[in-house]
Amino acid sequence: MLKDQDRIFQNLYNDLGVDLTSAQNRGDWINTKEITEKGRDWIISEIKDSQLRGRGGAGFPTGLKWSFAPKEVGSRPHYLVINGDESEPGTCKDRDILRFEPHKLIEGCLIASYAIQAHVCYIYIRGEYFVDGQKLQAAIDEAYEKKLIGKNAAGTGWDLDIYIHYGAGAYICGEETALLESIEGNKGQPRLKPPFPALIGLYGCPTIINNVETIAVVPTILRRGGKWFASLGREKNTGTKIFCISGNVNNPCNVEEEMNIPLKELIEVHAGGVIGGWDNLQAVIPGGSSMPLIPKEKCETLTMDFDSLVAEKSGLGTAGVVVINKDQDIIKCMARIARFYKHESCGQCTPCREGSGWMWRMLERMAKGEASKDEIEMLGDVTKQIEGHTICAFGEGSSWPVQGLLRHFKDEIKKRNNFDPIVKETQNIPYLVDQHLLDKNA
Amino acid sequence: MSLKRPAKDQPENFEFNSSSLEAADKIISKYPKGKQQSAVMALLYIAQKQNNNWIPLVAMKYIAKLLDMPYIKVYEVATFYSMFNLSPVGKYFIQVCTTTPCMIRGAGKLVEACKEKISENESELLPDKNCSWTEVECLGACVTAPMMQINDDYYEDLDKEKTLEILDKILKDETPKPGSYRGRINNEPENGRKTLMELKNA
Repeated sequence: MLKDQDRIFQNLYNDLGVDLTSAQNRGDWINTKEITEKGRDWIISEIKDSQLRGRGGAGFPTGLKWSFAPKEVGSRPHYLVINGDESEPGTCKDRDILRFEPHKLIEGCLIASYAIQAHVCYIYIRGEYFVDGQKLQAAIDEAYEKKLIGKNAAGTGWDLDIYIHYGAGAYICGEETALLESIEGNKGQPRLKPPFPALIGLYGCPTIINNVETIAVVPTILRRGGKWFASLGREKNTGTKIFCISGNVNNPCNVEEEMNIPLKELIEVHAGGVIGGWDNLQAVIPGGSSMPLIPKEKCETLTMDFDSLVAEKSGLGTAGVVVINKDQDIIKCMARIARFYKHESCGQCTPCREGSGWMWRMLERMAKGEASKDEIEMLGDVTKQIEGHTICAFGEGSSWPVQGLLRHFKDEIKKRNNFDPIVKETQNIPYLVDQHLLDKNA
Repeated sequence: MSLKRPAKDQPENFEFNSSSLEAADKIISKYPKGKQQSAVMALLYIAQKQNNNWIPLVAMKYIAKLLDMPYIKVYEVATFYSMFNLSPVGKYFIQVCTTTPCMIRGAGKLVEACKEKISENESELLPDKNCSWTEVECLGACVTAPMMQINDDYYEDLDKEKTLEILDKILKDETPKPGSYRGRINNEPENGRKTLMELKNA
């Protein structure tokens, strides 16, 4: 298990207080000026050395992303945008950072803004987190008051303004270009890439977009060194991560742990075990609802990091672990996830708009045992036709969980769905019936 | 994509009162000059707050004029995002999360409680306009599931009895205490946490 002193978010459970003084006691803001004095290149190379990968789901290397920002500021200003539109079912880590470690985030904003030469930073928070956003606003006000941000922020000679922009209940705004559209005052429909936001982003200006957790770990990495961060976890999957363990476990919780931790340890040690014992486990969704589920057999040895989960045809995503035990109907669970995606599709691309509802309707029928055998193959076909045929990754996000279900629980669906649509001659044939459904052999 | 329709009965006039106007000006100043359209979501929130938690069409027209943007774009935004209510909701607006992590921990019981106490159907106003409920998608508190949101506050770690208690209070026009209803502190594991031990005892 990770040593307590190596945990970045010491105040994850709010034992220590949220205000600036207690944050400074934890080490925030102590030498921000010295860090920025080492220069932009040093900051970016140190982040590259730490091999930090984005914590929002895609796992893109953060240092590399920052290096995409233009080196010189041209006629267009640069922007930093923080993505706090956390809506992935199973994930609730950013909320704890917003309400209990706001100063880590604000300091991270300053350092990142300095590194990419932005003077304005927008923090996009989902509208439902209004109360938590107010707590962050209080921390921002406090930082302004102590001159840690604003003109000559924290004595670094860099000017920075931080503003909060509230979302309004659209999951799709967690997609970076949809988020930019939303800040610009449009409905949140993703843009085509390229051009990438690093060159043409918010208001057509160069913009770097990072997840809340990614930015919040930056100050600690720079303080303790990229090497320290890289020594945790394993190659290319380094550092610590907040895992959210929910579902059928005895003690659902958020916990910060080392990358590459065995899934069994997360569930058994931190979350108090599966309800009904380990043998009662049915499947685990390892990284928020978009990631394909993993059946029990594989959970025994699975380790939680980006690459080892990709090897299992799943993904770490946001590290929201949803545990499903044998008391649950797995098809129903997935049908509910499909309903979520049907509700949240922005409606821009046809395969996703029509396909997400189609998958949901089929899964609902399969849960009730009303689907025909052909439909199981058709469901797989629909997922393949959504995946890769949409502007943003929502298409993958909605079809992967269904593919995961088909990959591991096809027998379960087949067992339940024996419905044969062919109308047998021996039965009373209804007055109106599709001709192709009449039994030709009878 | 969620289907939303504006209410049939619409007021004739809408204007920001002075405090709303002040808040609106403050928000517009957050965005670069000429990009005042960015404030549209925040202004819709302000309108919603001023107008008993829902947004009439005249308010959208008013905001469009204020921000110098086409009315249809405001309408687009208001209908796209699920948190803008286009028809009246209760003074206590209850949103029950029923997405999978909450569902497998018994969110169905919360819906049952709402049906028993408030109304059989979603989004149905009580005669005194005090209360209405609706099912929503993931509210991002999966570790403390099942949960619901009443206006701005989260009520977590619920079960049917506790939900009934909360609803009883609301029907008496009292605001219940938000947070966990199993007495746990934030998102820590309930019995015996294994991390940050020294801090707990400190």
